[in-house]
Amino acid sequence: MNQWKNFSKGLIKDNPVYILLLGLCPALGVTTSAFNGLGMGLATTFVLLGSNIVVSLIKNLIPDKVRIPSFIVIIASFVTIVQLTMEAYMPDLFDALGLFIPLIVVNCLVMGRAEAFASKKDTFSSAIDALGMGLGFALALTMLGSLREILGAYSIFGFKLIPGATDGMLVFVLAPGAFIGMGYLIILFNYLKKKTA
Amino acid sequence: MEYFAIVIGAIFVNNIVLAQFLGICPYMGVSSKVSTSVGMAGAVLFVMTLATIVTFLIYNYVLEPFNITYLQTISYILVISSLVQMVEIILKKVSPELYQALGIFLPLITTNCAIMGVALLTVQNDFNLMQGVVFAISHAAGFALAIILFAGIREHMELMDLPKAMRGAPAALVVAGILALAFMGFAGLV
Repeated sequence: MNQWKNFSKGLIKDNPVYILLLGLCPALGVTTSAFNGLGMGLATTFVLLGSNIVVSLIKNLIPDKVRIPSFIVIIASFVTIVQLTMEAYMPDLFDALGLFIPLIVVNCLVMGRAEAFASKKDTFSSAIDALGMGLGFALALTMLGSLREILGAYSIFGFKLIPGATDGMLVFVLAPGAFIGMGYLIILFNYLKKKTA
Repeated sequence: MEYFAIVIGAIFVNNIVLAQFLGICPYMGVSSKVSTSVGMAGAVLFVMTLATIVTFLIYNYVLEPFNITYLQTISYILVISSLVQMVEIILKKVSPELYQALGIFLPLITTNCAIMGVALLTVQNDFNLMQGVVFAISHAAGFALAIILFAGIREHMELMDLPKAMRGAPAALVVAGILALAFMGFAGLV
C-alpha cells in the first residue's frame, strides 16, 4: 500500500473518532480545552505507536490463542510509561486528564489497530498507520477541545479571543456541550467524507 | 448517611455516563432497543461489582504491601479481562438462563472503560471494601438509568424524519447532550 495513503487515511476518511466512533470516552471526557485535547491526543499517539511497533515485531512469536492478552500487556506497559512520565514532567496536564490516562488501556482504538493492522502487517507500515491514526485522534480531540473552549470560555489554547470577557457559554465546558459539540462535528465529518469520496 | 451520599452522588450527581463520560461505547452501541440495554445494564452491574471487589483486594493486599502500585494499570486490566472470561465460563455452566440473557454482552465489557474507571476511582477515593461495593453498585445503577432512558428515547427517534447527515450517531449524541443537561439539574444535591 502507498505509505502516504496509509498515513493520511486516519486524518479524515477513516478518522478514528468522527468516522469510526472509536475512543469516544476520552474524546468527550478530556476536551474541556484545546490544550487538554491535544495532550490526550499525543499521549494516545505515543501509546499507539509503541504498541503497534512492538506488536508487529513480535507477532510471529505470540501463539494465536493468547494474542489478545499479550496485546493488552504490551499496551498497558506503554500506558504506564506515559502515566509516569506525564506525572513527573507535566503534573498540571496529568491532573487535568486524570482518570483518562490509565484508561487509554481500554481505548478500543489502540486495541483495534493492534488486532486489525499491526498483527498482520510489517513494522514500518504499522508505525505509519499508528502515526496517522494517532494524529487523526489528536486532531479530532483538538478540534472538539477548541470548539468547546471557544464557545465556553471565549478563548483558544488559553488566549482570550474577546478581551475582558470572563466566562462564555458555560454549558459547552460542562458535560452537555461535549455531547452536542461531538454530534455536530460528526455531521461535519460525514459531509467532508462524502465530498472527498 | 455516608452511604446515602455515595448512592445519590453516583446515580444522579456524578452519573457515570452523562457526567463522567465513562462507558460511552456500550452506551452508544447497544442502546437502540430497550430490551438489549436492560441486558447490558445487568451485565455491567454484575461485572462492575465483582471487578471492584477483586481489584480492591489486589490493590490493598498485593500492590500496596509490596510497594508496586505502579503496576496498577497493568494488573487491573489483566484481572478485569480474565474475570470477565471466568464469569462467562462459570455462568454458562451454572446458570444457562442468565448466560442467555447476559452472554453476548460479557465480552464487550472488557473494553468498557466504566468498569476499570470505577475500580480506579474506588482506590482514588480511599474507600473501604463496603463503601467500594456500594459505590460500584450505585454507579452501575446510574449506568442502567442512563442507558434505559436513552434507549427509550432512541426507540421513538426511529420514527422521526431527520436530515440524512444527522441520522444515527450524531442525533444520538445530541440527544445524550440534552439528557446530560437534564442531569445537570441534580448538581449540588450532595
